Amino acid sequence: MKVKRAKLSWLERLYIPSILNGFKVTMRHFFSWKRSEVYADKQSNFAAKTTMQYPEEKWPVPTGYRGAPYLVKDVDNSTKCVSCQLCEFVCPPKAIRITPPGRDGDVDREGAEKMPEAFDINMLRCIYCGFCQEVCPEEAIFLLKDYVITGENREELIYDKEKLLSLGGLDQRAYNHHVQEGVDEGIKKWEKKTQDAKNQAEFH
Amino acid sequence: MPEFITELLTNHPWLIVAIKVLGVFAVVMPMVAYSVVAERRISAFIQDRVGPNRVGIPFTNIKLLGLGQPLADGLKSFLKEDFTPGHVKRIYYWMAPAVSMTPSFIVFAVIPFGSMLGMQKMVIADLNVGILFTFGIVSLGVYGIVLAGYSANSKYPFLGGIRSSAQMISYEIAMGMSVVPVFMLAADPAWRDGLTSDWKAYLEGTGLLNLSSVVAYQSDSLFSWLIFKQPIAFWIFLISIFAETNRLPFDLPESETELVSGYNTEYSSMRFALFFMGEYAAMIAGSALMVVLFCGGWTLPFGEYFNTPAQGLVQGIIHILVFIGKIAVFLGLMIWVRWMLPRFRYDQLMNIGWKRFLPVSLANIILTAIVLWAAA
Repeated sequence: MKVKRAKLSWLERLYIPSILNGFKVTMRHFFSWKRSEVYADKQSNFAAKTTMQYPEEKWPVPTGYRGAPYLVKDVDNSTKCVSCQLCEFVCPPKAIRITPPGRDGDVDREGAEKMPEAFDINMLRCIYCGFCQEVCPEEAIFLLKDYVITGENREELIYDKEKLLSLGGLDQRAYNHHVQEGVDEGIKKWEKKTQDAKNQAEFH
Repeated sequence: MPEFITELLTNHPWLIVAIKVLGVFAVVMPMVAYSVVAERRISAFIQDRVGPNRVGIPFTNIKLLGLGQPLADGLKSFLKEDFTPGHVKRIYYWMAPAVSMTPSFIVFAVIPFGSMLGMQKMVIADLNVGILFTFGIVSLGVYGIVLAGYSANSKYPFLGGIRSSAQMISYEIAMGMSVVPVFMLAADPAWRDGLTSDWKAYLEGTGLLNLSSVVAYQSDSLFSWLIFKQPIAFWIFLISIFAETNRLPFDLPESETELVSGYNTEYSSMRFALFFMGEYAAMIAGSALMVVLFCGGWTLPFGEYFNTPAQGLVQGIIHILVFIGKIAVFLGLMIWVRWMLPRFRYDQLMNIGWKRFLPVSLANIILTAIVLWAAA
């Protein structure tokens, strides 16, 4: 194929105008620190480069982001998990291991039959699929904001019940993280599912 | 100075030369290291990034805007595996990095990087054929690249080597021609009579092609700088230096996008670092040449203190700093241009070298001759 070359004028063939133009463009970029569209927090700050200075600055984690799965507590500060082991069953990489309390385990809230004796999540195996959160009948496990999971050895990255509970915090926080369009507070999973079921019945 | 040192130095003049060599080396190597940092930081800022800004003083949290980066870079290249591929031509492969690096350092031998320090002229070898020596040595640099391309025994380095040889030859001619008018002006014995006695003593016994003599010619005022008297020569010389040092609009031997990394594709570890240092040392040498030939060397047109040979130690050091500052300006320009202009196509490069610069520099010689003849 023959490429058609544009005929350059005498001035253009000197290259000097385009060199000066190049200086203009590079100067502009060098001195005016461009605002970035990617990082919402930086929009207010004019002196921002596109580089994110990682450990000091972090991405604003969007709502509904599926980070590490943690256990949550209710307002009375008691464990919501009732050791039904559905999440353990559904977990595709088998990252969750629950030890049930047996016949005479302790319970720290009213209305619950049992609590897990041990609840371990291996963060090295977790694939952040969110099935555990989806399946949990008690809304006790949520995928929260954390995405930096580091440790010095493998044992350190198997999170036990205490650690998961302390990282998870209150359930309200987890609800807020998973706020959905048109629902005022939290996800209220069962409310929504009941509504869905009703709607389905009406449809048929 | 203690008695015995003075005695030692007078009895063994080579010691003074050795000290000067060490001194120049001790200044040029950090300059190489920091021009790499400058390159990375300036390129980053031009591209809206921030560049290396983490490494400061080791084992502390002091970051110093990333000025500790050369340490990390150096350590990294020392720790890398020095790999010799099986298919290379060994002897040439081992020689090439050294051959490409040494000429750029040898050039500093004839460059007057300051006036006087104590009783010593601040030039390692005060050659009367300084400029010819420089051109001779600078053109040796191409052998390193050609050898690297040939010895690597694979296609990309080979193409890089071929390109380099063609490019260097065509630009060397234009470069040599472009400085002829400089010496037509500066090598005129008449202007030396008007110099002050300091200068006369300083230039005692030097020839007219001596680089110090070119500096003396430009010491008068700002407009006696040859950049103003010979703008065309300067322009051609500047661009030829870009081509000689393989800097970006003319980095065809390396061209990452098409030849992987050109001549140094097969190199790793310290051997690659040698090529790298060679490139930056060549940049510094080229900038030093431009400063000496066109921008008044170590002089500044701000009165006696700056434009006559130094009497005291402080003045001498200031002259050296002025020289380094001027070099830094040119280094900044070279770095900036690299991130500004795209690479020339091979035929464009040849066109510019042979069809533009060579005739223009010849015309410049004739023009200068006519002006000089008319003035005489």
